[in-house]
Amino acid sequence: MPSSPSHPAFTLTRAATAPLTPPPLYAQLREEEPITRVSLWEGRLTPWVVTRWEDARTVLGNPAFSSDPSLPGAPTFVKDTPQSPRGFFQSHDDPVHAAMRRTLTREFMIKRINALRPAITRLTGELISSMVQLEQRPVDFVEHFALPLPSLVICELLGVPYADHGFFQTHSKPIVDLTATAEQRVAARDALVAYLLDLVQVKRQRPGDDVVTRLAAQVDDGVITDEDAAALSTFLLFAGHETTANMIALSTITLLQHPEQLPRILGEPSQVADAVEELLRYISIVHGGLRRTATQDTEVAGVTVRAGEGVIIPLGVANRDPHAFADPDELDLQRANARQHVAFGYGIHQCLGQPLARAELQIVLPEVFRRLPDLRIAVPLEQLAFKENTVVYGVHDLPVIW
Amino acid sequence: MQVEVDVPKCVASGQCVLIAPDVFDQRDEDGLVVLLDEHPPAELNDAVRESATVCPAAAIRLVGS
Repeated sequence: MPSSPSHPAFTLTRAATAPLTPPPLYAQLREEEPITRVSLWEGRLTPWVVTRWEDARTVLGNPAFSSDPSLPGAPTFVKDTPQSPRGFFQSHDDPVHAAMRRTLTREFMIKRINALRPAITRLTGELISSMVQLEQRPVDFVEHFALPLPSLVICELLGVPYADHGFFQTHSKPIVDLTATAEQRVAARDALVAYLLDLVQVKRQRPGDDVVTRLAAQVDDGVITDEDAAALSTFLLFAGHETTANMIALSTITLLQHPEQLPRILGEPSQVADAVEELLRYISIVHGGLRRTATQDTEVAGVTVRAGEGVIIPLGVANRDPHAFADPDELDLQRANARQHVAFGYGIHQCLGQPLARAELQIVLPEVFRRLPDLRIAVPLEQLAFKENTVVYGVHDLPVIW
Repeated sequence: MQVEVDVPKCVASGQCVLIAPDVFDQRDEDGLVVLLDEHPPAELNDAVRESATVCPAAAIRLVGS
């Protein structure tokens, strides 16, 4: 399909004055042409983009759309993205996806995650205590709190020694950085897999109460291979890393922009839970959207998407659909239907770690504002460096004082 | 209201357990859905309906109002 001037370029660029609002192009498309072609990779591909909540759920819930990034026509962030090992199950279709996901579903059961809450609370308290003891002001909230907290939690869950934390920071960056080449991303992923492959052996010798130990046991039971166990662990490590970190940083910014609603985040557990759902909807950190490719001709919003054609589903755009959410650009921490958001995706691939993400945000955000009631950002909002060319939206740093 | 769950479709997102813990639970071995109450009391109708709406795998079906 040749490039055409009538197809707007797919963009992640937001209005400089509205860093927490999706690019204005999509609100316009949503009203005029809810499914439309966009130009990707400088016009070499013209996949569809859907901008309505209902259509996003239709595509993501339909098994006729494949998640395999190596299919011809797949509208991937980076051209020529290869298929990943099957342990990275988000890029595989059923039945491979289901078999791999099923090895981890019990790890993220609500009752298991609830059992982690005391550890998350302790780690949160310790990190805030370390941060307030720093002598410099302002303090980078991302470096000293938002990033280490989810790293500590996921390392605890997996059984990865925190001493290896720096190694994971370094190697998870290219995986979420859209300016990294396909080779850099594969190299980073392989380095993480190699480390986890060693850890699987270590856990087999010295078992712990952790995910890697239980994956090693599934290898011994013949359910998966050592390579699967390493890939699954690597996938969890980076999936639980920058996502929650950026959600913590952006939620903090958002709450500071809406001081009149701060009492909700300090309220009863049910109020905090509702507030977190609204923050997930409003911020929608997976800003580049999910990518699918039709495996057969399929109708979406009155348009036939042909087999082999790609569809981009920008989740933050669906979450600002006025047909689904009243006054969608307003933050309302009491919004009744906030949890209908698609910030975790929708369909069989919906985020496996969502109970953990919710628990972390429900613990961390009240604790931050309880411990630091005078918290404020040390620079004007427009001086913050937002992460534009990354899979996950966020801020590079967040200088704060209190 | 009668509730039905399609266990093989379940992807263990856990949302129904958060929204309607008196109606839905998860199996210990794999986190898949367990229906605790096939005929929940009327005061839980909204929570059950919301569980069905947000279920990513459309594994919860409601019969009657």
